[in-house]
Amino acid sequence: MGESIIQIRNLGKEFKTAAGSVRALQDINLDIRQGEIFGIIGLSGAGKSTLVRCINYLEIPTEGEVLFEGQSLSAMTPAQRRKTRQSMGMIFQQFNLLAQRNVIQNVCFPLELTKTPKKEARQRAMELLRTVGLEEKAKSYPAQLSGGQKQRVAIARALATNPKVILCDEATSALDPNTTKQILALLKEINRAMGVTVIVITHEMSVIEAICDRVAIIDQSRIAEVGEVSDIFSDPKSRIGRQLILGDAVNQMKFGSSMQIRIIFDGRESAEPIISNLVLACKVPVNIMYAATRDIGGKAMGQMIIQLPEDEADANRVINYLKTIKIPYEEVEKHDVISHS
Amino acid sequence: MTLSATVDMLKTGIWESFYMTALSSLFAYVIGLPLGVVLVVTDTDGIYPIPWLQKILGVVINLLRSVPFLILLFIALPLSKYVIGTRIGSPAIIIPLTIAAAPYIARVVESSFRELDAGVIEAAQSMGASTWQIIWKVLLPESRPSLLLGAALAITTILSYSAMAGFTGGGGLGAIAINYGYYRYEPFLMWVSVILLVVMVQVIQEIGTRWSKKSDKRIR
Ligand SMILES: Nc1ncnc2c1ncn2[C@@H]1O[C@H](COP(=O)(O)OP(=O)(O)OP(=O)(O)O)[C@@H](O)[C@H]1O
Ligand SMILES: [Mg+2]
Repeated sequence: MGESIIQIRNLGKEFKTAAGSVRALQDINLDIRQGEIFGIIGLSGAGKSTLVRCINYLEIPTEGEVLFEGQSLSAMTPAQRRKTRQSMGMIFQQFNLLAQRNVIQNVCFPLELTKTPKKEARQRAMELLRTVGLEEKAKSYPAQLSGGQKQRVAIARALATNPKVILCDEATSALDPNTTKQILALLKEINRAMGVTVIVITHEMSVIEAICDRVAIIDQSRIAEVGEVSDIFSDPKSRIGRQLILGDAVNQMKFGSSMQIRIIFDGRESAEPIISNLVLACKVPVNIMYAATRDIGGKAMGQMIIQLPEDEADANRVINYLKTIKIPYEEVEKHDVISHS
Repeated sequence: MTLSATVDMLKTGIWESFYMTALSSLFAYVIGLPLGVVLVVTDTDGIYPIPWLQKILGVVINLLRSVPFLILLFIALPLSKYVIGTRIGSPAIIIPLTIAAAPYIARVVESSFRELDAGVIEAAQSMGASTWQIIWKVLLPESRPSLLLGAALAITTILSYSAMAGFTGGGGLGAIAINYGYYRYEPFLMWVSVILLVVMVQVIQEIGTRWSKKSDKRIR
């Protein structure tokens, strides 16, 4: 891991429509590393689908460029671009299987495009169907499959040409929570076992949390922040990041008059019961206003907002305690967390 | 006329209606199907946009479709004389029928293609499919059920148009109906040939519908 497989440079996309131009992407700079699972999250209309479609040039960017293994897709001829696309599988929210072909014919489809001999293609397809656990459905038609099974077929199909990257545009958004979990687990397994780089587009934080190594948050056509999932979860810097991670609960909070602080859990102090220790040491009650902690890779990540006692001396004691045990914290500005939505 | 002579005449009529329709449909599809593909593929949001070509083609097709068939028939018959050596009789009408049906078929085929989910085409593109591969491996096979239904519609329409061959000395059931019903006023034979035409339409439609359903893997 570490080497960039996809580099996105000053990418921009503007759609010209009858009603005027729509800015979908602006100044996007990202490096996707070989072998990682990279998440792109944002609200509806943020530009996620446009971004992922620019990566394989289904959508031609209006500014900037995309490099795949150091080669600029802008500089390629259409034929070279098609060849490059065979190194980038793609799966979709609506699965997009060929309805008139059965499962194995669907998986063979990309191999037909590359003119792979039929027998070899069948073999490869069966192998992939085994990988996704659907070998007994080889002769079924998409209409006879559940959503989760359809997505498994789509994953097998995307893997057929041995791609280096898999692009997933809301691949689990049409599935129930349980099936979502299984599909995500499958993607992770494929990533680990085959070393395929996976790019996941989603509007659900839980998807990022479940499988991604790094994440980019996209908001109103721009990247708001990028980083390791654990860093972003423990301390989202952007407003949109806070909104996505802390959720709507933040908006409904009622604030008292006394000072509030945000304690940040960055994974170091997972084993210690910080709040109870704090209360015992300082002998003051604190009011927990909000807590969002998650277990990421066995570490506690996230944050908690506590309200300090009205009495200034008591409040200072709490702060001093936090400083002594080296827990990161920050004072919460009220306008900082209350979003205007 | 004896009964057996009448039966023979009707048999010939059925045969002539059949081959006029079959050949015109065949030729009209040879022209109309590719035109339908071009209409979809070269559209602004198509897989190979050539908007000016799409526009011009659309206008030409609309023009041809707005000419009433009877008029087209008389305009095109000199062409029949040039191509097959005669302007009267059943074979002569195949050319005007083809000219009338091809633009119609182009539109029928176009609408079948447009029913197709854009996501499936996008998926094929994401796998590196070329324009030709998308046409052959996605567009045509995926719209097969709809194309078959469209064919039943087109062929029955061509059959009913072929009945006008009677006006230009052609044969077929339509000609019998016109000659006996209109010119000689023998309503019995007119009704018999009309009923036979109705039966032919029913049969073609039924075959088209069943075949379409049977071939459609989305239903089960
Ligand atoms: N073909 C297009 N023509 C015009 N505008 C477009 C087109 N595609 C996308 N847009 C616009 O670009 C913006 C970003 O759209 P995009 O589909 O990338 O959002 P998204 O983040 O994927 O949203 P969602 O979560 O709803 O799928 C939107 O404002 C959208 O209306
Ligand atoms: Mg989208």
